[in-house]
Amino acid sequence: MKILVTIKQVPDTATQVKIAADGKSIDTTGVTWIVSPYDEFAVEEALRIKEKRGQGEVVAVSLGPDRVKEALRSCLAMGCDRAIHLNDPAWSAADTLATARALAAVIKQEEPALVLCGRQAIDDDMGAVTAQLAEILGWPCAYWIMEEAIDADGKSVRAARQVEGGLEVFDLPLPAVLAAQKGLNEPRYPTLKGIMGAKKKEIKDVKASDLGAAAEPPQLSIVGLQALPPRPPGRIIQGDVPTAVKELVRALREDAKAI
Amino acid sequence: MPNAFWCIVEDDRNGLPKKVMAEVIGEASRLAPGKVEAVWLTDKASEAGLKQLAEWGATRVLLLEHAALAPYRSEVWVAAAAELAGKEAPKAIFAPVTSRQREFVARLAARLGVGLAADSVGFALESDSLVATRPVYAGKLLSKVTWAKSPWVATLRPNVFRPAEGQPGKTAPVERPAVAAAAAQMKFVERREEVSTGLPELTEAETVISGGRGMKGPENYVILEDLGRVIGAAVGASRAAVDAGWRPHRFQIGQTGRTISPKLYLGFGVSGAIQHLAGMRTSKVIVAINKDPEAPIFKIADFGIVADLFEVVPELTKEFKKLLEK
Repeated sequence: MKILVTIKQVPDTATQVKIAADGKSIDTTGVTWIVSPYDEFAVEEALRIKEKRGQGEVVAVSLGPDRVKEALRSCLAMGCDRAIHLNDPAWSAADTLATARALAAVIKQEEPALVLCGRQAIDDDMGAVTAQLAEILGWPCAYWIMEEAIDADGKSVRAARQVEGGLEVFDLPLPAVLAAQKGLNEPRYPTLKGIMGAKKKEIKDVKASDLGAAAEPPQLSIVGLQALPPRPPGRIIQGDVPTAVKELVRALREDAKAI
Repeated sequence: MPNAFWCIVEDDRNGLPKKVMAEVIGEASRLAPGKVEAVWLTDKASEAGLKQLAEWGATRVLLLEHAALAPYRSEVWVAAAAELAGKEAPKAIFAPVTSRQREFVARLAARLGVGLAADSVGFALESDSLVATRPVYAGKLLSKVTWAKSPWVATLRPNVFRPAEGQPGKTAPVERPAVAAAAAQMKFVERREEVSTGLPELTEAETVISGGRGMKGPENYVILEDLGRVIGAAVGASRAAVDAGWRPHRFQIGQTGRTISPKLYLGFGVSGAIQHLAGMRTSKVIVAINKDPEAPIFKIADFGIVADLFEVVPELTKEFKKLLEK
């Protein structure tokens, strides 16, 4: 069974982000890059499916500039068999829809039985590509999955999605698209052997022309980035606990009108 | 009606719209007075629910009622909504951020070939275009985005927008277009209900209590739940507490958990790591209780007490009880 995992390289949560001179993007100087955490759940799940079935291929795919190779390399070190890098300046302003269209074109060429994505990337938090892939491909889709099981003959997948108040379980015929939620699994760390082996695995570069895709203007574009408005200075309430708590309750009621 | 602002109804699966719809309809009414249409996909609407939508300010209700629309499946919903959108040509399509709307409107935007601004916290009309504001990079920056063409599709973060004030007795015409129910590929198997804490849902609550590593163990969350019952608050946890196995993941607040924006946030033994702040920094009033005066959460807190939470929580529960019994 061939499984394709879409990943995104994003700034590490703890890294400082500064607005670049164009006012629309971030200054990438000194930024530490990681594979978006939800995508790691997707990679881990794909590897587990392959291991459980005893055969198959896991392909990691990402769209972005040259630096994205490093993220794909770490997926290969985790155990993915090969990687595809959608690397073309034509996609530099790609919104979720343009990204989904490019990824869908690769998926049509690769014909995997299952596509696993992370629930959302932690840079722009849009959380849209999985659903948009499903739409473009005409495949069924389950969001925020907490567990999955593929049936023995590889024809369908049973997935439990997280919703407000519980889990909803569905059977989806394959091929299908699933979006991984935290709690699905605990991603492995690459082993030294995995890291060494990753250097020999293929990362194929793909240009927009290879997909027969015309560069399209984004449907959603960034007008500008801005820093958060500063919060008013806070107040540390002094005194022993009973006194401080009384004052806190009074302030929440009378000053902040929050209760 | 062409150029209307659609508000996709999130309901309680029992025929009533959720309270968050007052915020969605309220914001749509501010942007497009008199052109706000509630679009409700459900297997069963109630008269009370239809009345509620009108009282919040919907000027027309489009009810897509069909057994195939529950439980929610994006493939079925998108087919029905896209067909209606083709006939009605709305200017905007708004929905609240919930697990299903996150997926549904993304898929709908792809079907319609338009942009999506997810998890928006503000809107402004500039000449004839809409600009949405949304937090990015763990909430460290705000991004302003705009659409190349309409309909402008967006989801709205709960508890951020001012809710419409209900106008008792206000009515709106209800239309029931025929539903083109696409054959579903997904087959429903079962729903597993969570054990209810009896407290509000995390993302919907107006007050949220959060317990971090300072809670010291799973057994101590009961004191936060006691406090929660007194003030009607949801109880969540930091990633440290969830990763330690003290609380299930559904209670996690932060970047890899739930994003919340309550009127009042109370953090107990929460240090305030960036990934936690990403999920709660748009809260209106932030209170931090921590033994460590250097805890980063004090930097964004409106009120702080540097003390042992195990002394503060019982005292706070007692004082709130006194206040609310008055």
